[in-house]
Amino acid sequence: MTTFAERPLEELIGQWREYLRRRQAVHGSDVEELEGHLRDQLTALTEAGLTADEAFLVAVKRMGSLDALSREFALAHSERLWKQLVMGPEAERPAETRSTEVFVVLSLAIAAALAVKVPALFGLRFDTGDEAFYLRNASLFVFPLLTVYFVWKRELSLASSLWLALPFVAAAVFANVFPFPRGTRGCCTSHTEVLSILHLPIALWLAVGFAYVRERWFAKPGRMHFVRFSGELAIYYVLIALGGGVLTAFTVMMFQAIDLKPDWFIGNWLIPCGAAGAVIIASWLVEAKQSVIENMAPVLTRLFTPLFTLLLLAFLATMAWTGNPINVKREVLIGFDLLLVLVVGLVLYAASARDPEAPPDLFDALQLLLVASALVVDLVALAAIAERISEFGFTPNRVAALGENLILLVNLAWSAWLYARFLRHRCSFAVLEAWQVAYLPVYAVWAALVVVVFPPLFGYR
Amino acid sequence: MDVGKDLVAASATPLVLAILAEGESYGYAIIKRVAELSGGHLQWTDGMLYPVLHRLERQGYVAAKWSASENARRRKYYRITKEGRAHLAAQRQQWKAVDGTLRGIWMKACTI
Repeated sequence: MTTFAERPLEELIGQWREYLRRRQAVHGSDVEELEGHLRDQLTALTEAGLTADEAFLVAVKRMGSLDALSREFALAHSERLWKQLVMGPEAERPAETRSTEVFVVLSLAIAAALAVKVPALFGLRFDTGDEAFYLRNASLFVFPLLTVYFVWKRELSLASSLWLALPFVAAAVFANVFPFPRGTRGCCTSHTEVLSILHLPIALWLAVGFAYVRERWFAKPGRMHFVRFSGELAIYYVLIALGGGVLTAFTVMMFQAIDLKPDWFIGNWLIPCGAAGAVIIASWLVEAKQSVIENMAPVLTRLFTPLFTLLLLAFLATMAWTGNPINVKREVLIGFDLLLVLVVGLVLYAASARDPEAPPDLFDALQLLLVASALVVDLVALAAIAERISEFGFTPNRVAALGENLILLVNLAWSAWLYARFLRHRCSFAVLEAWQVAYLPVYAVWAALVVVVFPPLFGYR
Repeated sequence: MDVGKDLVAASATPLVLAILAEGESYGYAIIKRVAELSGGHLQWTDGMLYPVLHRLERQGYVAAKWSASENARRRKYYRITKEGRAHLAAQRQQWKAVDGTLRGIWMKACTI
């Protein structure tokens, strides 16, 4: 029983326990053991005549500094820091919630994997002509379940999260009502259909983001967290996909060794179901690990910012030297769009890991150089594309690519301006971060436009 | 007089094993026993005992189990294993050798 007078002490112990729990090398049972020690010590000290808070001070002091302690624990259990990568941070939450979470995550992952197979019950086969249906709805198999996971994880009330279903319902409608022409092999021959396939996930990712950040969407850190989450998710997903590739290769090798061809299983089950389930698993891993390991995306950003800057400068120099014009084909248009996406990504992830208070350093100057050279490269490409459009007219692909190009260009131009001001100490880095974060919905809105407006606008071409 | 840090660290293993050789015990009691035995000269930072115990557990010199304590909280009790006793015997020989050497030279120093 805790009496009123003892409560502050319990709070102090609770606080101390929380500090200890955050240490990676100190596990839940160790915390319990150390807490037991602290309490024994407290009892002895109070019996010796100390008041509760005096006893607490002495007991904590005798326990030693948490830094030194967790260092010793890390030395004694050097594998723990690594095990954290797989086992989950058990120190953070009680075991009960942890196992519930594993259960929820696994159920959702299995649900996502099975969702992919539901249309097959209605005669829509993946391998015989209905690829287009599956591609158009790819994100709808997974993202709603991912949203459910976040609703559960953030303990959102069901009523207030019902509106989160709206974007998905709308997406399902717009992905499937348009009468896209069927090609001979059932695959997508319509440009607007391909555009819809590519843009729907981008638009829907915003809906997932709403669930991820809860009501903090309008607060800046919320969105930045979502950006970080997205980057880490991509990295984890690639890692899981690599593992999946190895699994697939062995499946083929082993069954072929006994003269069976497992192609139907791999093509119809292993890859589509695995790809869907992996999104949920990867999200859970990112959620669980966010406090444990250094985020990878900013590290990659640091690594590749100089290299891409070098590439862009080399490209500009070569073009100026040789005078070769850009040979405008469809891939070129998309290629330069992707280049801008990449540069925006580098800026975004550099911003996500940067301490906004820190003064400008060399890396910021490098970022400005990267952005500026990307702008120049893109302007050159845009000029070439504009020329082609004025010659051959608008097609859905050109308009989509051009629109994206302009959106990214605006972002980068303003970022460059803000970087320049920041480097001359005219504004703080927070302004730049705020700009990047505020711009995020623009991408989703444009993607939604492409999905909703383009097909009728261009007559489902 | 407080014993230096290195010496405290070096003597931790044999001391803990020797205390556990007296009978099953737990962290807080071990610390108390150390203070008692050394007359307060050996000052351990309390928390540091636990990594030592865990290391010994991993090396197989002690075995641990959680059981209820008198105050309704769970407590981790340690006891020495057969390997632990063998290790303690070996350590004891080494410490005896060190002790004997130092004793030898200090006795001489006193008699001069």
